[in-house]
Amino acid sequence: MIVRITVNGDDRPFDVSGPDSLLSVLRRDLGLPGTKDACEQGECGSCTVELDGALVCSCLVMAVDADGCEVTTVEGLGDEDGLHPVQEAMLETGAVQCGFCTPGFVVAGAHLLDRNPHPTPLEVKEALAGNVCRCTGYGAITRAFELLAEPHPGDAQTGEES
Amino acid sequence: MTSTVVPRVRGGIGTSVRRPDGEPKVSGNFAYASDLTAPDMLWGATRRSPYARARLVRIDVGPARAIDGVHAVLTQADVPGKPLFGQEEQDQPVLCDGEARFWGEPVAIVAADDEETARLAAEAIIVEWEELDPLVDPEQAVADGSVYREMRVRRGDESVSGNVVVEGYYETATQDQAPLGPEAGLAIPDDAGGMDLYVTSQWIHIDHKQIVDCMAMEPDQIRCHPVGIGGAFGAREDISVHIHVAMLAAVTGRPVKMVYDRSESFVGHVKRHPSKGWYRHEADAEGNLVKVTARLILDGGSYAHTSRAVLANGAYFTVGPYRCDNIVVDAAVTRTNNPPAGAMRGFGAVQTCFGYEMQMDRLAAALDMDPLELRRRNALAPGDPMATSGQIIEGSLPTVAVIDALEAIPLPPEDVDDDPLLRPGGTGLTTSKADVVRGVGFAVGLKNLAFSEAFDDYTEARVVMTSAGVEVHTAAIEVGQGLVTVCQQIARTILGTERVAVIWDDTSRIGSAGSTSASRQTQMTGGAVHAASEALRTKILQTHDGDELRADGVYRSGGLIATVDEICADGPVEEHVRFRHPPTTTADENGQGDVHAGFVVAAHRAVVDVDPELGLVRVVQVDTAQDVGKALNPQAITGQLEGGIMMGTGFAVMEQLVIRNGVIVNPTFTDYLVPTFMDAPDVETRIIEEGDHWGPFGAKGIGESPTISSTPAIVAAIRNATGKDLTKVPVLPEHIIGD
Repeated sequence: MIVRITVNGDDRPFDVSGPDSLLSVLRRDLGLPGTKDACEQGECGSCTVELDGALVCSCLVMAVDADGCEVTTVEGLGDEDGLHPVQEAMLETGAVQCGFCTPGFVVAGAHLLDRNPHPTPLEVKEALAGNVCRCTGYGAITRAFELLAEPHPGDAQTGEES
Repeated sequence: MTSTVVPRVRGGIGTSVRRPDGEPKVSGNFAYASDLTAPDMLWGATRRSPYARARLVRIDVGPARAIDGVHAVLTQADVPGKPLFGQEEQDQPVLCDGEARFWGEPVAIVAADDEETARLAAEAIIVEWEELDPLVDPEQAVADGSVYREMRVRRGDESVSGNVVVEGYYETATQDQAPLGPEAGLAIPDDAGGMDLYVTSQWIHIDHKQIVDCMAMEPDQIRCHPVGIGGAFGAREDISVHIHVAMLAAVTGRPVKMVYDRSESFVGHVKRHPSKGWYRHEADAEGNLVKVTARLILDGGSYAHTSRAVLANGAYFTVGPYRCDNIVVDAAVTRTNNPPAGAMRGFGAVQTCFGYEMQMDRLAAALDMDPLELRRRNALAPGDPMATSGQIIEGSLPTVAVIDALEAIPLPPEDVDDDPLLRPGGTGLTTSKADVVRGVGFAVGLKNLAFSEAFDDYTEARVVMTSAGVEVHTAAIEVGQGLVTVCQQIARTILGTERVAVIWDDTSRIGSAGSTSASRQTQMTGGAVHAASEALRTKILQTHDGDELRADGVYRSGGLIATVDEICADGPVEEHVRFRHPPTTTADENGQGDVHAGFVVAAHRAVVDVDPELGLVRVVQVDTAQDVGKALNPQAITGQLEGGIMMGTGFAVMEQLVIRNGVIVNPTFTDYLVPTFMDAPDVETRIIEEGDHWGPFGAKGIGESPTISSTPAIVAAIRNATGKDLTKVPVLPEHIIGD
């Protein structure tokens, strides 16, 4: 059957013939390999995407169930003008080593900041506990979100900029 | 005349530069092996043995061949060349040769139009087995003489004894590297009967040799290319899909890709050797080590891989970073029907550090001595003979300095955090504040650098100056650790320009860089880049009679005399070197010799909170002081220290492949637990810079150290909290609760 999803703002119809996961379709049929496949059990978070605003492991979503939904992958963050702040912060603190977990952390981290612009360190840990990183020990990722959680000039509560 | 002030180049050594591959990685645009595709590509799949040991009675590939979309089904009879592969000894059949010797051994391979068809076809192959009794007990294997290697290390006088004696028996489980990137590869046939291979690896030249032999091709017919790697930690030092994709591509004449899923990955790469160790430490009344007696068994599983070298590390690192003049060590690595073991971060030094550091704590207790004071008193230093091999320590070895720096790090507040999420049991909300007991423990660990025992260890690099900037060519594998910036930083510092790009060459374009393992690439490939850059700088300065090289060209007495375009007027200028570390020797019949190229030392202190009633542990903080020689990229060093501690934390309290009668019963991320963000301890790091006697700018490799002594430090802390005699890792709740 033909399934229609909107991926990173683009209408992307595709033909699903079997029990494909959203992850398989993204990687194989839609040419978006940035979302990673590392366990296919929803344990590692490497395949994290936003589905209609909810954070999901795309390996656990049947592609047919995504019909009519909006999907945001790592490729959809940032724009021509530059990287998403999460991407920039992770580069700044050295939170990228092998990088295989990074797309999942970027999507989950952006999702967190959308809802909670100034998370505490414990809120960051909880929000990202579904994403496994085998290289960094999470320290540099913690520091990336410490940078991001700082109040920025222009934030309403700072009151310093007008 | 004014003196020449050399403008410091941006991005040189000692700075925390960004990775050039960072932006594609955060954007999802970095191509890992599992992301690669090619036109007309087929998918491969593997049929595996369901038994740890069984005779292959009959195999019928007909039903698989009959499936629409299947293009090839191959067995051992189809291997074109040498039927066996292996890094040190070629003892493993490319496909089952009549007897399966471990659970999950590849039996047949399939190429089909798509992944699902390939997997269905692999399952459609009819295989009849006669199950045989597997040999799974390492001690039985030693008794049977089923060993890859036995080692005997004797030094000093076996008859001496100390006033204070402690004995202990310790076990470590099978740990999996669990890199997030799966084993993956793509083989693309060329028009001349050869092919290009893009397979996850830590050492493409050693892969190349094995593939060429098994494919019966000429070396120049096969080109192994570096690819994007999602972590390694030792798991990629041995062959996985390489020969299988090559065979399928050769037969079908089409590109073939294979990717292991997670369960297949758990059986598809070698693991950390499980170990059993018996130790007897004897000291005089002042706490000076007098004699260490040790017996060590590592289980190498069903094929050799790097087991012999792992055993040498085990045997030589049974005492750790301590002086002792009387040594009796017997060690063996066994051949069984358990899953094959091989390289994993720490490579034999992890298992023994758990043993000798538990022993040092016991000795301190028996002497009623501060455990760090005991370690300082016996600390190994340059000029001392290594306890086991007798080799005189050259270069730097700041054992006391790492202990002192570690001790100076403030402890975290003693108050247990009020948030129940940060107590033992975490999100399970199992533990009330009143039940939490805190413990603190220490450990110090020693590791050798690069390859040992007279191995001809070398690495090649080619550094090229072009009008557009400098190129560093290497076949070294960047697995995520950050070699890419180290190469750039070294070349920038010597050649005076920020414009340095690292080009990852395939096996046809440059010689071997050796393995990305043994903490060796910073020193080895870094050393080659250093030597080539120095040679290039000297050549350019001599050619133009200059005294300084800067980003814009050659200077003499502060004036520009040749621009980069003029330097490259006749084309790029380059130097190509093959770099070797100081030679090592083989050992004599007593294990004595200058077997190691260098050493690195680190110390860890762990703080844990334990719920003794439920046996739950929260690792609160793990601090470290690390010998680095010279810090080339401080941020990358911190990343290695924190990441290595995390892997050591996993081994201390959760990571264990459960193997029953040769069968892995937990080959998934649901059942093999790796630490998450909520498990991560806080980490404070201190680095000690005392330059080594070789390597670029005195730098040492530090990839393995953080994983070695972090595990025993955590277990010591749990022991401190509970008073339990914990002698196995990982420490599980059942080891803590009860009597």
